[in-house]
Amino acid sequence: MNVGASDMQRQPSFLTSRLNEAIGWARKFSIFQYPFVTACCGMEYMATACSHYDVDRFGAGFPRFSPRQADVLFVVGTISHKMAPVLERIHDQMAEPKWVVAFGVCTCTGGFYDNYATVMGIDTIMPVDVYIPGCPPRPEMVLDGLIKLQQKIQDQHTSGVRPAPEARPKIMEG
Amino acid sequence: MDTTPNPTASAAAGAEINELETRDMLLNIGPAHPAMHGIIRIVAKLDGEEIKDAEVEIGYLHRAFEKMAETVDYNGVIPYTDRLNYVSPLINNMGYCMAVEKLLGISVPERCHYVRVILSEISRITDHLTCVGATAMELGAFTVFLYMIKAREFLWDLVEKVTGARLTVTYCRVGGVKADLPDDFVQPCLEAFKETRKVLAESRQLLERNRIFVDRVEGTGVISADDAIAYGITGPFLRATGADYDVRKDCPYAVYDRLSFEIPVGSRGDNMDRFLVRMEEMEQSMLIVEQALREIPPGPILVDVETGRPIPAAEMVDLAKVGNIAAIQGGCAVACPTLEGSGRDKHLSIATGEKRVVLPPKEDGYGNIEGLMQQFKLVMMGHGIRPPKGEVYFPVEGANGELGFYVVSDGSESAYRVRVRPPCFAIMSALPQMIVGGMMADVVPTFGSVNMIGGELDR
Amino acid sequence: MNPSELIEAIQGRFPDAVTQSHAWRGDATLVLRSEFLVEVARYLKEAPALGMNFLMDLTAVDYSTFGKKPALGFFSSSGVGVRSPAQIPDPDPWPGPPGRSRFAVVYHFFSTAHKHRLRLVVPVEESEASVDSLTDLWPGANWLEREAWDMFGIEFRGHPDLKRILMYEGFEGHPLRKDYPVNKRQPLIGPVN
Repeated sequence: MNVGASDMQRQPSFLTSRLNEAIGWARKFSIFQYPFVTACCGMEYMATACSHYDVDRFGAGFPRFSPRQADVLFVVGTISHKMAPVLERIHDQMAEPKWVVAFGVCTCTGGFYDNYATVMGIDTIMPVDVYIPGCPPRPEMVLDGLIKLQQKIQDQHTSGVRPAPEARPKIMEG
Repeated sequence: MDTTPNPTASAAAGAEINELETRDMLLNIGPAHPAMHGIIRIVAKLDGEEIKDAEVEIGYLHRAFEKMAETVDYNGVIPYTDRLNYVSPLINNMGYCMAVEKLLGISVPERCHYVRVILSEISRITDHLTCVGATAMELGAFTVFLYMIKAREFLWDLVEKVTGARLTVTYCRVGGVKADLPDDFVQPCLEAFKETRKVLAESRQLLERNRIFVDRVEGTGVISADDAIAYGITGPFLRATGADYDVRKDCPYAVYDRLSFEIPVGSRGDNMDRFLVRMEEMEQSMLIVEQALREIPPGPILVDVETGRPIPAAEMVDLAKVGNIAAIQGGCAVACPTLEGSGRDKHLSIATGEKRVVLPPKEDGYGNIEGLMQQFKLVMMGHGIRPPKGEVYFPVEGANGELGFYVVSDGSESAYRVRVRPPCFAIMSALPQMIVGGMMADVVPTFGSVNMIGGELDR
Repeated sequence: MNPSELIEAIQGRFPDAVTQSHAWRGDATLVLRSEFLVEVARYLKEAPALGMNFLMDLTAVDYSTFGKKPALGFFSSSGVGVRSPAQIPDPDPWPGPPGRSRFAVVYHFFSTAHKHRLRLVVPVEESEASVDSLTDLWPGANWLEREAWDMFGIEFRGHPDLKRILMYEGFEGHPLRKDYPVNKRQPLIGPVN
């Protein structure tokens, strides 16, 4: 009897689902982040990463400064139109599975810099998984966002489906 | 930049002379690089490890501060100034507010000057801690970075006590500050300084006589005093070369002429001197704050706190609405915690008395018609602070050097032109000169000691 | 030297270069004709009595909408306008923007020896928006002039490498001019909003 791979996926067995959960658990507790730091949020990112608010306890305390070695892209700080192609290239260079965290309100929606130089939210150029608003967000909020990301990673592996990023409303096109 | 091969002869001990052809390599130390603090691009022409030529490209964090300042009113520019030099936001706030006050021709009460000076110096300490910590981390001393960020957290707790926010504070207003120092400020401040001094002593022990650190930092990134002045460099960078120019001493503002402190001046102009100057400046800033806390005048209390009863704010509003002003005449309201320090009793010590510039205390804004009119005239669209037509330039001593604000007003409610003279712009324009001739590895401590803050450089 | 002495020293030496001078709020200011700029700047740097060794700042101002901001009404559809409240009166008023030209290039100088400051204002016409460059006297003027070119479109004759510094190469227009709308975007990638 020819049991193809697709048959196996449609009938998840006890072992494969446990394996997926284990992979999800391992991935969520060993986040290799690429901190793409540009502006003021970088100060709060440093504060979160250092001893007072220690992000290392969540397994995410090891920044890899090469996109080839990282799996979570933390976009920290305002992205200007001059920087946007660089950010897109870094995102493209990362290998799957990868997640993107928009840290700070400038990356979520552009913040109060509604002008000719700023990208109004990085979700116009790449899919974002977790938005952490704040100008700058307090370290507690960053840790909350990180825990949400970990939950998302776990769910993604348990269910086998990557949830689609939220659709951006097309209100200001052109 | 051309990349023609250049023949070098290695005339070592033998009679044979090997002609090696080397070709220069163009290396892009691109904007997404940890040691470039994310937003500088250096295109370097390397011959082996030595840098032959370098070009610096900036502008990756241009957020149009000067254009935004023309679209909002005078007080609305203050949040934008926070994000200029975001490691010492209170100095930027203070510089801008003092420039607009010079334009208006008003001056704030003395206690307000002292409060601004105290918070500026605390901001300066946080800036130097971040700069020295980040430089040490990039050279491998990660522990020093962690210690300095720990000290920075204590200072940020202090700032949060006074202003409500850790980093982007928006504390100064045109004509004063948002709120007075809390009553229990002095003791936590002295304790935070005790912790900071401990951290500085530990860091000094770890770095100052450390073979690796000294080898990397001594003799690299040298610039002479004349070159520095020709490029317009100011601040600790200039003082490390030997020229002693500090805006606080040479063109004093606020109450700096009454406080006694020293300006550390280096001699060689290399990274080691810059490190030592910054470490010493932190100590001097702590001395300034301690002096200011001893000499600060007690604020004028408008309401006698023994007999003036505290009234719940909602009750005060209701009494005022039915016209019962006499009942609230001598009272001060128990208001929400975010308004602590800006009540009627503290108001005269934190803001100038000019009605056309500062908002009234909430008790007056809700309690009597004059306060309501004052609030209306300043807040509603179409009204606001209207300085006379004119232009001013006001320099303050930022953590990187002279931070100047050039404000042009055309008499309307928003500024016509706000120009920031960024101190690290001048230093960055001199960077190619400092790294050419050195090795690739010297770029890291030199660039770290520049203390390039993107918000200020690109604005 | 105090502001009036400074003004006198320069006006005495270059009587036909200076068109206007004042010391509003204590800032010594001179309005110069653009052809005399390099000469005056060299004199400022080299004369021992002045000794301006620092070129602190170099910027420009676009005076095209000076004083023309419309008074905002609450509900503009109702036709009820708001009368602009009077400005805070000034006993010693400012003389006004320099001349009729659109731009003015503003230079700030400082002397560490004498601790005095000076501001030079050079009016620049829109049709012929160029002045001489000061990079020979102060190498720090290099990047400052590039920024003025980028933001305002004022050309500096004699500048070694006049190109954009804060904006990117494909950007059209000069953002800080008053006729450039604040949110007109020209993205390299991504949508326009």
